[in-house]
This record gives sequence, C-alpha cells and structure tokens, in this order.
Amino acid sequence: MKAPKMIIADRPPDITEIHVVWMTTGLSCDGDSVSVTAASLPSIEDVVMGAIPGLPKVHLHNPVLAYEVGDDFMKWWFDAAAGKLEPFVLVLEGSLPNEKIKSEGYWAAMGTDPDTGQPITTSEWIDRLAPKATAVIAAGTCATYGGIHAMQGNPTGAMGLADYLGWDWKSKAGLPIVNVPGCPVQPDNMMETLLYLLYQVAGLAPIIPLDDQLRPTWLFGKTVHEGCDRGGYYEQGDFAKEYGSPKCLVKIGCWGPVVNCNVTKRGWMDGIGGCPNVGGICIGCTMPGFPDKFMPFMDAPPGSALSSKVVQLWGGALRGLRAITNTTVNKEPKWRHPRPELTTGYNPKHYAHSGRR
Amino acid sequence: MATELKTAPAAKTSAPGGNIVEMSWDPVTRIVGSLGIYTKIDFDAKKVVECYSTSSIFRGYSIFMLNKDPRDSHFITSRICGICGDNHATCSCYAQQMAYGIKPPALGEMIVNLGEAAEYMFDHNIFQDNLVGVDFCETMVKETNPGVWEKAQKTEAPHAKEHGYRTIADIMHALNPFEGEFYRETLQVSRYTREMFCLMEGRHVHPSTLYPGGVGTVPSIQVFTDYLVRLTRYAEFMKRCLPLHDDLFDFFYEALPGYEEVGNRRVLLGCWGSFQDPDECDYDYKRMGDWGRAMYVTPGVIVDGKLVTNDLVDINVNMRILLGSSYYEDWAEQSNPEYFVKQDPLGNPIDIRHPWNQKTIPKPQKRNFAENYSWVMSPRWLDKRTGDHLALDTGGGPLARLWATALSGLVDIGYVKAPGDGSVKIRLPKTATKPDTEFTWRIPKWANTIERDRARTYFQAYACACAYYFIEKAMAEVHAGRTATFTPFKVPDEAIGCGFHEAVRGVLSHHLVIRKGKIANYHPYPPTPWNANPRDMYGTPGPYEDAVQGCPIFEENGPDNFKGIDIMRTVRSFDPCLPCGVHMFTGNGKVVKQMHTPTAFAGLAH
Repeated sequence: MKAPKMIIADRPPDITEIHVVWMTTGLSCDGDSVSVTAASLPSIEDVVMGAIPGLPKVHLHNPVLAYEVGDDFMKWWFDAAAGKLEPFVLVLEGSLPNEKIKSEGYWAAMGTDPDTGQPITTSEWIDRLAPKATAVIAAGTCATYGGIHAMQGNPTGAMGLADYLGWDWKSKAGLPIVNVPGCPVQPDNMMETLLYLLYQVAGLAPIIPLDDQLRPTWLFGKTVHEGCDRGGYYEQGDFAKEYGSPKCLVKIGCWGPVVNCNVTKRGWMDGIGGCPNVGGICIGCTMPGFPDKFMPFMDAPPGSALSSKVVQLWGGALRGLRAITNTTVNKEPKWRHPRPELTTGYNPKHYAHSGRR
Repeated sequence: MATELKTAPAAKTSAPGGNIVEMSWDPVTRIVGSLGIYTKIDFDAKKVVECYSTSSIFRGYSIFMLNKDPRDSHFITSRICGICGDNHATCSCYAQQMAYGIKPPALGEMIVNLGEAAEYMFDHNIFQDNLVGVDFCETMVKETNPGVWEKAQKTEAPHAKEHGYRTIADIMHALNPFEGEFYRETLQVSRYTREMFCLMEGRHVHPSTLYPGGVGTVPSIQVFTDYLVRLTRYAEFMKRCLPLHDDLFDFFYEALPGYEEVGNRRVLLGCWGSFQDPDECDYDYKRMGDWGRAMYVTPGVIVDGKLVTNDLVDINVNMRILLGSSYYEDWAEQSNPEYFVKQDPLGNPIDIRHPWNQKTIPKPQKRNFAENYSWVMSPRWLDKRTGDHLALDTGGGPLARLWATALSGLVDIGYVKAPGDGSVKIRLPKTATKPDTEFTWRIPKWANTIERDRARTYFQAYACACAYYFIEKAMAEVHAGRTATFTPFKVPDEAIGCGFHEAVRGVLSHHLVIRKGKIANYHPYPPTPWNANPRDMYGTPGPYEDAVQGCPIFEENGPDNFKGIDIMRTVRSFDPCLPCGVHMFTGNGKVVKQMHTPTAFAGLAH
C-alpha cells in the first residue's frame, strides 16, 4: 500500500485560527446553545480543545459558556463589526423580530450603544456582522425559518435569518446561509455541521451540500418516517389509537411521513430518545411550516386519513399472513427431541443402536 | 473593560458621598438568556449603592397562544425556555389536567417525576459547575482576589478523602473552563443525566412524549434499567461533588470574613412544590391544598424565616402581577377591564391583577431607568396579614425548596426525610465504590449568595434520592402489570386550570382559561420574572436589584479593572434564566462624579 502524500494530521489548515461568534439574542430560548452542550459527536470540548485532526484553532464566543462578562464579552462583537476579527463564523440562534413595525424601543437586543445608551438590536448586529462573516449558520428552527415565535398572531413580526437577509444571500466567501433546523436543534446535527464548515475553511472538504431550504443534505434528506422503527406498524396498517402505545402514531398526530428530519435514525443524544420512535408524535419542528401547519398537534394530519386507510386495506391482510408465518417460525423443527431415535434425516451406519427405524 | 455610561439609571435613593462609579454588565454571560445589570458602586465604602436589572427580549407567548387549541399549550410553552422547557411543558400539563378533569395513571405520573428529577440533576449540575463554577475557578479568583488564591493554596480541603482534591486551590484549578478536570467531568455528567431525561420524555429540552393525561413513553423494563444504571453513576458522583462544594463554599466564609453579607437579602422565599404523588393528586382545584402538601417537595411561602402558608390555594389566590417599570400597558387600568375568573372554584375572589385575569399589552419604548427599563413584569405575593406585596424570590430554586420542605416537615420517603427540625436528610444508597451515605441540609443563617449556591448542590442529591424512590414505584407498577401511561380526555368548551410546579430555578405557575374550546387566556409565571423583575408600581425593587443593592465588595480590583465578581456571583446565585425573565450592566470603572447628592445616572436613556 502506498503512503498518502500527506496525512491530515500533518497538514496545516488553510487558516490557523477562527472565531465563532454565536448570538443567542434572536427571539429564542437559548435551547440551541444548551443543546450543543449535550452533543458528543463531536462534543464542544472536542472542537475547542483541538481533539480532531486538521482543524484550525477555534475560539468560541457564546454567552451561555463565556468566561467574560459585559463589555469584556461584547468586545468580540465590536471587533467583528469593525473587521478586526478575521475570520469568523457567525451563528444566530432565535428568530429576528421586525423592529420596523413600531416607532421606538426594541424587541430583541444585545449590548448597549455607547453613543445613545440604548440597547443595540439583534437586527442591527446582523446588519453589522453578516457582511464580515466567512460563513453564517442559522441554528434551530427560530433562526432558520421563524419557528414558534413567528406563529400566527405574534406581536413582533418575527422571521428567520434567510427571510431577513434574503434567500439568495451569500457570505463574502460565497457561502449561502447554512440552516440547521430543529426545535431545539438535535445536538450532534449542529456540532457536525459546524465541524463540516471548519473542515471546509481548513481546506479539507468541498463546499457544504445544501438543499433548497439551505439544510445540509446528509442530515435532512430523508423523512422521519423513513428512519422510524415504527414504520413496520404503518406498513401493516396497525395504528396506535392512544398515546402510550408502541404502534405507529400517525392517526394521533404524528407528521413523520412528510417531515425532513433524522431524529428517528440518530436518536436525541448518542442514540437515546427521539420522537415517534419513543412514543412522541412528530410535530414537524424542523420544518419551514412549523408550527402553524402542524397545529393542533394532537390531531391526525389531514393528509394521513386517505393514505392510512389505503394502507389498512392491504396492511391488515399482510399482518394476518405474517402472523401465520410468525407462529410457524416461532416453533422449533420437529427433529429436536430427547427420544432415543434420530429423526433429522441423517442415516447413520455405525451407531449400532437398536432404536433406529 | 469598562466604558463610560452615558445612560444610566436615575437615582431614586439618596447615595452617600464618596467615590461613586456607574458600572454595568450587559449582557451577563454564563446564564440563560439576556440580562443586563446596571449599578452604582461606592468604591470608598466598598459597597453597591444602586442596582437596576433589565431584560432585552420580548417574544409574546401570551399573545400568540390566544385562540389556539388548549392541547397545544404544553408543546408551545416548552419553547419558553431552552434549559428547563420541560418544566413548562409539565406545568402546562398539570394546568390542562385540571381543566380537563383528568389525572394520568400512576405509572405515567412516575415517568413524569423521573423526567423532572433528571432535569434537576442535569440542569443544576451544568449550571453549578460549568457556569457558576467559573466564578470560583483559579483563573477568576487570581484575577479578582489574588489574596484569596494565596490562601486557597495553603488551605487543606477538609473532605479531601471524599472528593480527591487536597487543597481548595486544587478544587479551583479543577473548575477552570475546559482545562479543568472537574469542569470537563461535569459536562459529561450533564450529558448522561440528559440521556436519563430522554429515556423518560424523549427529547431534551422540549419533550416529545409528554401529553396532558400522561406520557407516550413505552414503559419497558429496558427504559427503567437504562435510567437506573445512570442514576447510580450520578449518586456516586454526588458523593464526591457535594463535599467538594461544601469545602469550596465554607472556604469563602473563612477566607473573606463578612462574605455572608454578599447577596444577603431578607428571607422572602417562595416554592410552589414539585413531584406529584399519584395516590393523592387528582388535579381537582378544590383539593389542591391537600395534594399540594403531598408533593415530594413541599410548597411554601417563607417570610423572615417563618412559614406563612404551604397551601397552594392560598398561594394561588394571592398572586399579583404588578407593572411599574416594564414596557406594558396596564390592563387593570383600562376602563371596564375584563375578568376571566371572578372567583376560584372554592369561591375565593380573584383579583384583576391575578394571572387568570392578566392581559399582556406590549408597548415598546426607549429604555429609561427613571421610568421603564425592562420587558420583565413584577410578580408579587400579597401577604394578607400585612397587606404587603412581597417581592418573593426563589433562592435560585433549591434554597426555597429545601427551606419550605424543612419547615413543613412532611416528606418522608425513605431516601428523603424532613423530620421537622429544620433539616432535610438525603440518603444515597451504596454505589460501586462509595458506601451508603446520608447528607443533611440545615436551614442556614442567611439567604445569601453562598447559601443559594450550596443549596443547589444539596438539591442535586435530593433529586437523585427522589429518583431512587420513583423508580421503585414505577417498577412496582410494571411488575404488577399496570402499564397504562395515559388517560384519554375531551377538551371542555369552558374551563379554567392552573398548574404549580418548580422549574429548576424556582417557582413556576401556568394559568389557563378555555372558552369555546380554545385558549382565551394563558399566563405562565416562571421563576425569573419573580427574581429578575424591575421596580414595581410601589417602587419595590425586584430581588436581584435588592440583593445587589447594599452588597459589600470584596474584590481586590479598583474601578479601573473591576470585574464585579461579587455582584456576578450574587446574580448568578439566583440561576437567572431570562428567556423566562434580566440584564446587568456596569461599564468599566470610570469615575462619573464625586458625589454628595444623588444625581448619578441622570440623563440615561432619555
């Protein structure tokens, strides 16, 4: 076997250091930052402490984890806005309220403007930082598409980052916004996307593959149902009638068949937990149409009535036939017995045993 | 690090003369959410003169939930908080169960209790050692109090045998962010405790398997085994973690005489109770006082160290939501304000300022510390004995929970006992390398920063001990073949409900009104509005403000490189969570004025 020209561990990254400027002051719950502390594949310390070969040194600036407070912490934001923090990845958590619909005050803000003494709105920060960022990640469904705070009847006019910057927006490095939806974001989905982008800026990976909704394709290319271990119940037309049943949940509110998400494959943490695979209806929390198009959550999705009826017809028959086969394969073959005779079909010639018939 | 504050709170109290400097920390990091703290500090007297707490986010849950299906409310309100969303979802299910007139099967209730126990174990753990712990780590102590660091190196840790760190300095070293061994270990502990949560409720932090009426979790033997094995690891961890924190906190009293005054506040604590007993709790409002007292964490309002009530009906009826310094129109001052609930089901009158009757009417405006400066409203509890609207705090959650449980002396479940002598006994059974161990928490002399933090560690052990009990109860149900986890229900056309619970950082209530089968009013009151609120209409400051005002400064740095560590420790001791509720702001130490009269902060934010 031929040695490669250079192994990654010996290859200096194209850039040696990078900052991650992580804003949690969209309309959010900080659940995506908290989620990231749950990630183990990779964990946040794997990335920050340089456990993975080939990556640049990562400086994380996130308010939930930061050592610094107040002005010491805001320095990174002001430096980034002034072009003095180079290069950096901007992460936004939370949706962007519409600050233009009122005459004064703020819906969401971070830090104080030294000139006016008023809070600096999150939208203003996006205006300042997005043009300077090498890559921009929207973390969680609020930041990607608006999410819960952009529900019908909301008072703030909330929207996702791509709604605000424009769906065709590109970073100065030519990268579109990278959307990692989920309410909250599945921990490893977020850290793996960040890892991919770090590989990319290090020169170790091609441009991140994204779909039309700007989601990483390897994470959101399949539906919940396609990965669900309760899919077999669906196939057999066997549906749960109430919560607590181990069967398919489609008739009591699960939207899994039409929702792009890998939670049923990946589980929630290190393979544990999830949604329909563990008894929780899929409420579509990764989707641009979340939450309104999935409410009321506990009713059967309107579109499922027809499809599940069709499935029930042949699925019921299938289940019956499988039950017969299942009974058969649950029985051992007849030749396994303690009687003094061999009935396996083998004909011994030298056993010298009278029991042979 | 400090910048000159051109906009600062207008003085409302008279400041003594001296070297008064306006300082602000905005944002306060290592908490959840967006909080700013604005202060005036007298560096001659080494004391905080004034404090204002502000929050910079408004989302409008009570507005966009109107007219939605009530069954959506736990899914929606979970999204209020990204670290204790499940507490909201649980509390919402409690309120819905009252409104729908149902109770979950015992096994369903135990699965919820096990989920909530895992949440306390996880959340207190990550907050204490990955967020608060940094304020006590080597790097921080060297920067703020080199003298304390000197002493820590020479001070043997009294419980070194239990936790393995020889000196206090060794503990501080182990708490350094990312590099510290204990910091990294606790991050890992925060993960397997969240796995325990996911085993019971599907996903952290917004559960997938929780419903009004119970859970969708499949109660297999495996799910409980997977939980129990992780629980024993946590118990083993707590047998090191608790003595470690006792050593660290006791050292601060010893190294800095007078440190008990940091964050010290009049004892005004509220606890709304946690962990339902399915044998007692039927979610009927009329019996709420009884089943409230049967909870495995006893509710209570504590004033000056005395238990005023542990009756949830009393607690409910006397809740008041005041405005004063927040950005809202006052619904109670509108002509003919609409009452959704005039009387509770027991006939008690319900005030217009009660959450059942509240209306949220946002009015965005400039921040002005002389008038309105926060999106947080001011919840108060009316003490009928005196007519005072008390600014109760939660003690960060655990302090009030342990205090209320100790005063009532009702809990006795083998693993936890409140004997009624002002203590709570917590027993963790034998684990792989550690013996059966009993820890005793005693009512402290102060409701201060150190005791809020210490109680957190003890409550981690409390939750762990309760989980041993819950898993025994749950397994008994499974072994007896009672495996139903869900009770079906119909949503009534007209109903009211309320849920009382303890979010990780303290009191949590949800108030729900259903009309024509839809949500007509919904108001959640999480702990942070209680703790982080601004001055109310009577001028009473919120608990953060109150705890920071008058706080002595022990930091060795002067105004020029002031970190505000004593203030930060105080604010963090409440476990702020601003998606649920503040903002602290001090600039870097720039002398604004040598003052003899209170004029500082004038001109801020007009």
